[in-house]
Amino acid sequence: MNAPVNVDAARNVFFKQVEEPLVAYLEACLHCGQCADACHFHEASGDPRHTPAYKLFPIAKAYRSQKSPLSWLGLAPRITEKDLSEWEELLFDTCTMCGRCTTVCPMGIDIASIVGKARQAFVAAGLGPEDLLAAADFSRDHGSPLGLDPGKLEDRIEWLADENEIDIPLDKDKAEVLLTVSSIEMMKYPVSISAMAKIMNHAGVDYTFSTKGYEATNFGYLAGKADVAKIMVTRIAEAAEAVGAKTVVIPECGHAYGVLRWGGANILGKRMPFEVLHITEYMAKLKREGRLKLKPHNGSITYHDPCQISRRGGATEDARYLLDGFATDFREMTPTGNQNWCCGGGGGVQAIGRAAELRHQVFKIKIDQVEKTGAAALVSSCANCRLTMDESKAALGWKGGLESIVEIIADHLVEDGATAKAD
Amino acid sequence: MSLLDFARGPALEYAFAIFLFGILWRIASLFLLPRAKDRSVPRPGAPAAAVSAARGFVRHMWLRPPYGQSTVFALVNGYIFHVGLAIIVFGFGPHILFINGLTGLSWPNLPSGVISVVSVVTLAALAAALVRRLTSPVLRLLSGFNDYMSWLVTTAPVLTGLLAVSHLGAKYETLLAVHILSIAVFLIWFPFGKLFHAFLVFVTRSQTGAFYGRRGVQI
Repeated sequence: MNAPVNVDAARNVFFKQVEEPLVAYLEACLHCGQCADACHFHEASGDPRHTPAYKLFPIAKAYRSQKSPLSWLGLAPRITEKDLSEWEELLFDTCTMCGRCTTVCPMGIDIASIVGKARQAFVAAGLGPEDLLAAADFSRDHGSPLGLDPGKLEDRIEWLADENEIDIPLDKDKAEVLLTVSSIEMMKYPVSISAMAKIMNHAGVDYTFSTKGYEATNFGYLAGKADVAKIMVTRIAEAAEAVGAKTVVIPECGHAYGVLRWGGANILGKRMPFEVLHITEYMAKLKREGRLKLKPHNGSITYHDPCQISRRGGATEDARYLLDGFATDFREMTPTGNQNWCCGGGGGVQAIGRAAELRHQVFKIKIDQVEKTGAAALVSSCANCRLTMDESKAALGWKGGLESIVEIIADHLVEDGATAKAD
Repeated sequence: MSLLDFARGPALEYAFAIFLFGILWRIASLFLLPRAKDRSVPRPGAPAAAVSAARGFVRHMWLRPPYGQSTVFALVNGYIFHVGLAIIVFGFGPHILFINGLTGLSWPNLPSGVISVVSVVTLAALAAALVRRLTSPVLRLLSGFNDYMSWLVTTAPVLTGLLAVSHLGAKYETLLAVHILSIAVFLIWFPFGKLFHAFLVFVTRSQTGAFYGRRGVQI
């Protein structure tokens, strides 16, 4: 960006975010560097600047210069245009907000949350990767970051229903479940959408998609645009309330789940009158209720934990529960679960073109994990992870398989005819 | 007034006053800040926030696999000098007498020989921490005045105490005065530098434990 950097605007956004938890975190950092070992960007690059604690320096500096109890001494330097310009890449390109650094921090500092807040200040200053910001603006103006407007949604759903000879309800007046989409899936992995519909139909779920609120990804949050984040959450909340949904199901998208499930009520400033479940949680629920009849899956697979679903989402065990007794050759990678490595493309990094080379380097960690298991395919439950891994796989010429947990489950449904159609 | 009288008297008294005022000021400054309510619905079956907070504190006391050797070294080395400092402060007879004079509390002391060994080990661990900070590219990048000053004011009382007990380098009275003055500097620096992490560790680990516990995650 060539526009001047508005340091005052950044400073003001930093100051608005001065709350007790944030300040405790900023003041508590020991500069021990332990977080470097946990960060996939530092692991891949070896660049000390990729140390998570270092990414907090601008917001810590802004706080200390004016808001800390010692600021009256006037000794702390003020944040400058140079600081913001220098740290922009670190805050956006080299942090997926995966939270792995917190697991190793002796003070338990939740760096991911602070990075999310800091991004807002950078955007206020006129900084931030243009492609990520454009994705947020496109979502606000057209309903989705990839041009999936309501008309296209209708077309795609009709096409998927015809192609797969299934019912995919859209804009029903009332439904128990509002099913949402990630436009990454709809535009790049549409089979994943029809797979969700097949599973819902199989279990006899009363569900619908809605043209009023369908896009689960929230690039407003990822791009540090709080206003866009609120618009995206509001659309889904209003659509869910309009159909009287008791449950909103988030598709295979990690951050979409994190933002709506754990951030939605805070963004809206009120509790939401419906529960939010990730598709893996919802499928696990169906399985517990005996509504998911599956044929065994016989290929060897391993599971990649999307950070916002497992480590920061709490649904780590749901994927395992689904695979238990279904995948006959399931192999855990090391580390796994809440300690698993990130794919390198979360937190909006996937949408940042200039970060591609570093992402590919990060993916080598995942390749190493997968190859050590000897599994033929890497299964995930996040389309953003899948896209990141697909692109890196092509760039690195890796031959391993990549699968979606929704798709493999849909492919192994035992259909008896009676439950094949939706209500 | 001799140097020792000054150290034992006004220096230590003012240092304690600044220490107490500083701690209270920092705590008040922190807890008077706003705190947004988390409106998200906790995961069904998630423990109460207080339970998650306590778990969070305990869980961050040790690392889980698969972290590397340098991480484990830093952790073990950190434990050595923290535990060492606690043994020196609360196990050495003259320190217990001093605390008794202030608070009326007393407990059995450890033999001087044990304290001397612990002091040497603690100094070695503090030296290792400094060497790591000076040689690791990551730590060099992160480190600033606060980090080095905090190291200095922590190490100085251990070193001067060991010299005083060993009667090395100067008269005992002078060494004792320097030791007490180093403690005064430690007390003055404590609330304002990163040594305040001794208090913040309870806050940050707990709030992270509660944050993740609400989501049904234990990290």
